Amino acid sequence: MFGYEFYVDPSRCIGCQSCVKACEECETHRGKSMINFDFIERGETTATAAYVCWHCEVPTCAMACPADAIKKGEDGVVHSSLKPRCIGCSNCVLACPFGIPKIFPEYEQMMKCDMCYDRTSVGKRPMCATVCPSQALAYVKPEQIAGRREKPANEFYFGRQRIVTQVRMMVPAETESISLDVLDHIWEASYDAVAQPR
Amino acid sequence: MAKAPASPESLLERFGPHPAYAPPGGWGDESRHPAERLVKTHCCFCGQQCGIQLKVRGNQVIGFEPWEEFPFNHGMLCPKGVKRYLQGGHPDRLLDPLLRTASGFRAASWDETLEFTAKRLHEIQEQFGKDSVAVYGGASLISEKSYLLGKFARVALGTRHIDYNGRLCMVSAGTAYKLAFGVDRSPLPWSDIASAEVVLVAGSNVAECAPITTDYLWRCRDRGGKLIVSDPRLTPICRNADLYLPVRPGTDLALHMGLLHVVLRDRLEKEEFIREHTSGFKQVAESVRSWDPRTVAEKTGVPPEAIERAAHLFATAKRAIALHARGIEHQSKGVENCLALINLCLATGNIGREGAGCAMITGQGNGQGGREHGQKCDQLPGQRSISDPEARAHTAKVWGIPPEEIPQAGYTAVEIMEAIHRGEIKGLFSCCFNPLVSLPDAVFTREALEKLEFLGVVDFFLSETAQHADVVLAGSLQEEEEGIGCTAEGRVIHIRKAVDPPGNAKGDSWIYCELAKRLGRGRYFPYTTTREIYDELREASRGGHADYYGITYEKIDERMGVFWPCPSLEHPGTPRLFEDGRSFHADGKHHFVVTEWRESGDPVSAEFPVYLTTGRVVSQYLSGTQTRRIGGLLDQYPDPRVELHPRLAQQYGIGDGDWVTITSRRAEITLQSMVVKTIRPDTVFIPYHWPGERSANRLTHRTLDPRSKIPEFKVSACRLRKAAGPPEWAARGQD
Repeated sequence: MFGYEFYVDPSRCIGCQSCVKACEECETHRGKSMINFDFIERGETTATAAYVCWHCEVPTCAMACPADAIKKGEDGVVHSSLKPRCIGCSNCVLACPFGIPKIFPEYEQMMKCDMCYDRTSVGKRPMCATVCPSQALAYVKPEQIAGRREKPANEFYFGRQRIVTQVRMMVPAETESISLDVLDHIWEASYDAVAQPR
Repeated sequence: MAKAPASPESLLERFGPHPAYAPPGGWGDESRHPAERLVKTHCCFCGQQCGIQLKVRGNQVIGFEPWEEFPFNHGMLCPKGVKRYLQGGHPDRLLDPLLRTASGFRAASWDETLEFTAKRLHEIQEQFGKDSVAVYGGASLISEKSYLLGKFARVALGTRHIDYNGRLCMVSAGTAYKLAFGVDRSPLPWSDIASAEVVLVAGSNVAECAPITTDYLWRCRDRGGKLIVSDPRLTPICRNADLYLPVRPGTDLALHMGLLHVVLRDRLEKEEFIREHTSGFKQVAESVRSWDPRTVAEKTGVPPEAIERAAHLFATAKRAIALHARGIEHQSKGVENCLALINLCLATGNIGREGAGCAMITGQGNGQGGREHGQKCDQLPGQRSISDPEARAHTAKVWGIPPEEIPQAGYTAVEIMEAIHRGEIKGLFSCCFNPLVSLPDAVFTREALEKLEFLGVVDFFLSETAQHADVVLAGSLQEEEEGIGCTAEGRVIHIRKAVDPPGNAKGDSWIYCELAKRLGRGRYFPYTTTREIYDELREASRGGHADYYGITYEKIDERMGVFWPCPSLEHPGTPRLFEDGRSFHADGKHHFVVTEWRESGDPVSAEFPVYLTTGRVVSQYLSGTQTRRIGGLLDQYPDPRVELHPRLAQQYGIGDGDWVTITSRRAEITLQSMVVKTIRPDTVFIPYHWPGERSANRLTHRTLDPRSKIPEFKVSACRLRKAAGPPEWAARGQD
């Protein structure tokens, strides 16, 4: 939908799994949910994370696909594999740094979140973000998200791989980008100085 | 007579619960056909009653579509709402009325079952008197049905004993609000939550029990609002709380009085507001004098500094709201817990303004509407008191009977079951209520049911209670009759009819009317549509506190709901109460009410040293009659688990996932553990949605709040031991 963006905020997530259940209702993958949902560490916390595909500008899954079966549309949506091309090799499953694609043996195909293409292409919001009771998943205009405590970021670093995504992660207001590598946080000026093989 | 007739296995095979996963026709081609109609209506699975559109094809509900224009939830739904549509075409759905046989149940005609039901009710009343028959209703019924059921009990049966499962929900709050404000309704619309500076959530697992309310809390925080949560468990919303108060089960009253103590000690009360708009302040101020933070900390386990900080945050905010739910209400001092919170709001001038006040988060599907028009044992339509001669005269006129024919107040829900147990009540007509799972002390409930001479049930699935019935009348789901509900906010909403009841099932209102005819009282039940019932309800409520006279189905549709009171067709409704500074009491004042400390009815001891508290999980609703039949919801939390802290687990040598036997003064059950740091180490939590050997209510006790008669689900005493292995039910798979 023009002018709308997808935002994910795990700090708002209450673990209700409404998104997981609603995704099953989709017309294109009926009965199968494409939401990734985790209890982070239930023994320690009620923290949960529900997320969709991040729809990367340069999708790692597509780069890793030997059959050229994964396509990104002009609107930036990265689609499930093209069934005639998909060879079910799981390269995409292994390559995606976010752990999004899944192989469905019964369909002989990789399927993933396509941000409810069937809905957004006709002016409806994605199902998960529409129903989410805490709006941890939100599909709104940027000006609507601007009033939140957190702010959106869409630059991720995995080691040396920089990934820019269409879906935004809500992060504490002072954060610029999201690194999941401790090396990016240590005091030494450059991690090259720390751990390069000699 | 009312023993379950067949083996549990054969009942299970025929009537379920079977988990349904897919829409009618399966996930494949059949259910892919587009919907013929989208019906704008509401979810049936909690007091918020979110707007939802049901997809309908033929006479079947085949899916849902969010209803984004509805202003309460803007399309948001919890998983129960997402999957609610799976009930209509469910394989367990009762399609015929059933009569009990020696070996089970047989399908029978409506004539035969209605005739039999009327005959048995009549015989019992002839022999033992009118009051030997009781009626149970359900808060999940639309308001037309609950109104009609109240009239049925009083006019067709002439019994004084009618009460409903809302007695297990928010009656403590309702009683407290009547004492303080003279009316039983949350005084503010939910939109106020987002504009408060401070929100105190007392005893409410908002994330799981009122999930959409979470969005209101988060929007409040986005605007800089502070969130305080008191709960023995660190529930999901506590992660974002500015202050978490880990209150010990059953000690909320001490906490609330301690908060007021600090407010008064530090002279933070709003003197002018108290002087102009309230009564009884002096006595309350005196009553909290001994509850200093240190004393409160010892009672509650909440640090003194946290008590001081919470009191200061609440009292210095320009606008503060106290939200509360079953955590404080399900106690033998539930009314006091609520009153003490109201006292705090009154002392700080927080009532009758935008973003300020107190509100109960009503829990059941039509929890607010279902209690306003006559299925409560002491109320007539419009929240009128059944003991008030004027109210009786008004109602009698609408009903066309002499006032003296209206019985006086009867027993409450638990008291009815106790009267059955001691043989005083012989016959029970139960609609949309599953007491075997939802009442406390389930072993006692089963004994009582087995003593009944007659049990007639109206329901759409064969609930665990219905298994004991002599006759089961196949009734209707919420979406199968047109009517209204009233949400936790006090917003009256339109429940549109999506489909007809399937098979030979009938609308509940038709069933009540047909029975009334056969009891010789048909002339008082001439309705052919629920709209006619509603129009009578409007008249009956007219002039009462819950005045619906000015609310029509059409007006609800135009305005996306109308808040009561709404005394005339031109009246816009009343989203926020008391804006003129006046309560509903005759003196117009908000009443401070003194609260007194007392211990729980089931105190912890050396023998039973651990607190047990019970509640809901997000994927299940009440006794599970509906939600244990929906596969996607069942999978999310298939069996009850006992939550306990690692420190407590270590004391008993219990690891995560181990089988644990929990014993109370009444019974024991064995469940798998869930070892989590998110609960106080002196407390265990068990969700209550399951029957039989998995039922948390085998452990709970029947101590009632003396005024609201709510059971003390939130505080029992228990002991733990590691079990040798899984119990029999786990080996069988289910019970």
